[in-house]
Amino acid sequence: MPTLLGITFVTFLISHALPADMAIANLGDHAAQDPQLVAAFREKWGLDRPLPIQYLVYLGHLVRGDLGTSITTEQPVGVELALSLPATVELATASMILAIIVGGLLGVVAGVRSDSPIDVVIRTVMAAGVALPTFWFAILLLFVFYFGLGWAPPPGQLDPGLAPGRPITGMYAVDSLLERNWPVFWNALAHLVLPAIVLATIGVGFIGRITRATVLDVLRTDYVRTARAKGLAERRVVWRHVVRNALIPVITVIGLLYAQLMAGTVLTESIFSWPGLGRYAYSSAGNLDFPAVMGVALVVGIFYVAINLAVDVLYAYINPRIRYD
Amino acid sequence: MRQAVRARRAWRTVGVLISVLVVAVWAALALAAPVVAPFGYDDQRVDESLQPPSARHLFGTDNLGRDVFTRVVYGGRVTLLIGVGVVLVGSVVGMMIGTISGYLGGAVDEAIMRSTEVIMAFPSIILAMAIAVALGPGIVHAAMAMVLVWWPGYARLARGEVLSIRHLEYVDAAVAIGQLPWRILVREILPNVRSSIIVLATVDLGSAIVTAAGLSFLGLGAVPPTPEWGAMVNMGRELPAAWWIAGFPGLAIFSTVLAFNFLGDAVRDVLDPRHHT
Repeated sequence: MPTLLGITFVTFLISHALPADMAIANLGDHAAQDPQLVAAFREKWGLDRPLPIQYLVYLGHLVRGDLGTSITTEQPVGVELALSLPATVELATASMILAIIVGGLLGVVAGVRSDSPIDVVIRTVMAAGVALPTFWFAILLLFVFYFGLGWAPPPGQLDPGLAPGRPITGMYAVDSLLERNWPVFWNALAHLVLPAIVLATIGVGFIGRITRATVLDVLRTDYVRTARAKGLAERRVVWRHVVRNALIPVITVIGLLYAQLMAGTVLTESIFSWPGLGRYAYSSAGNLDFPAVMGVALVVGIFYVAINLAVDVLYAYINPRIRYD
Repeated sequence: MRQAVRARRAWRTVGVLISVLVVAVWAALALAAPVVAPFGYDDQRVDESLQPPSARHLFGTDNLGRDVFTRVVYGGRVTLLIGVGVVLVGSVVGMMIGTISGYLGGAVDEAIMRSTEVIMAFPSIILAMAIAVALGPGIVHAAMAMVLVWWPGYARLARGEVLSIRHLEYVDAAVAIGQLPWRILVREILPNVRSSIIVLATVDLGSAIVTAAGLSFLGLGAVPPTPEWGAMVNMGRELPAAWWIAGFPGLAIFSTVLAFNFLGDAVRDVLDPRHHT
């Protein structure tokens, strides 16, 4: 909870203390020419009062969901963020699942076959995944698989001409699945592939590395030695003991991974014309749309704290040896 | 078993050599840019625009007829400068703040640690982006934004180290013989904090470079016509037929980050005995 408050304080400081004139920064050069608009703005956000009071005014607006008005679109930032959120959640979740599966698999194989050529190859791939600039990889994949080979669908969530159907969650793939709208479902899934792969690359590196380290540790433990001594087939040993224990540290990494994914979406969504939080952030940053960017920072920060909290709870639940007092 | 260790070491040495080579090449190119680059980075020859790589234009030309190789070489100066500069400043500032915080303890320590927690509660590029938009575009502003985001990691590390050695005997001895707190900090405590900071810094260089390129990709760092790797990738994204415009700068980013990451791991293996691969 205090961290949550701290986040709002940081965004408050950035938006109120950093710009030379907050009114101009938030209204944009054009609107700031009109003295009436500027005065109204100062009134609304209490800019003439002392800083601590301004913070309270700011919090008051936040609680009511008022995150300011976008300079470029003149729509409330809160509404625009809410509209872009489902697309990003869909993409982030797909990437996370992909990263966990692929990274976990690679990590287990590398760990079990440590120091073999396969291990070296896998570790190189994971290192490359972490070092790869996401925006560049996205552009490359699009160039090769869409423009070059024509295998991938065009950027965007659906092919032009296909309508998404009734919005239940706002996520095209999920909604079409719920409605058994198969053509739309498969199409949405196809559009998810490339962006999810791009975002998953860093995650694969992270998860792979941790899984491999855990696997190595577990392989040295007594209970694995016992299982082997009992004569259990190697595969059963691996599956039963090693993999399960390898997954636990992965959960702790999920919070960190989520942060990386959020950062990744900012750079990749616009390349794939994915209408999510990231693309909103990208165009807002490019347009110097200050309220919009602050809104994104706030929302992402809050999400990050919430996810880390959830991970902590999950971890305590799974691992009975950890108890917080 | 011994054979495996020897094999691992062999791979590691090869990797280190290649990484050092890559870093050295890019650093040399960046430093010697005016001498090495065949053209000026802003030389627009519209009649030669959008040409694929050739003998005359090693990396091809962009939509304004500028030589991509030249721009990549000059761009390296900007990207690498920001990345290295931010890590340098961030690590030193963070180390000092963290050391002082750990040594003083109490309310000061609490306050500083809370602020690091809150700053680290944001994904780095999101916060850097917000600060950069607040400050306005430009390389200096982007670097400032990044430093603000980068120092907490080092502060926490330094503070942790300080806490663990603060009550060791030689520190108590220094206090007992009446040494000033300032001298104790510098002579006894800082040297021990330094090595873990160095480890973090070398491992961190890669992500600093990528973030710097990312900020410019968003339009928040280098302003045209200044060449910068991330900004060049951004320019090339609309031109799939002219893949070299986005391809080579991105390759530059990728190779340097990979090299720095690898070197960082190697440095960590040498300096930090607690860590093993």
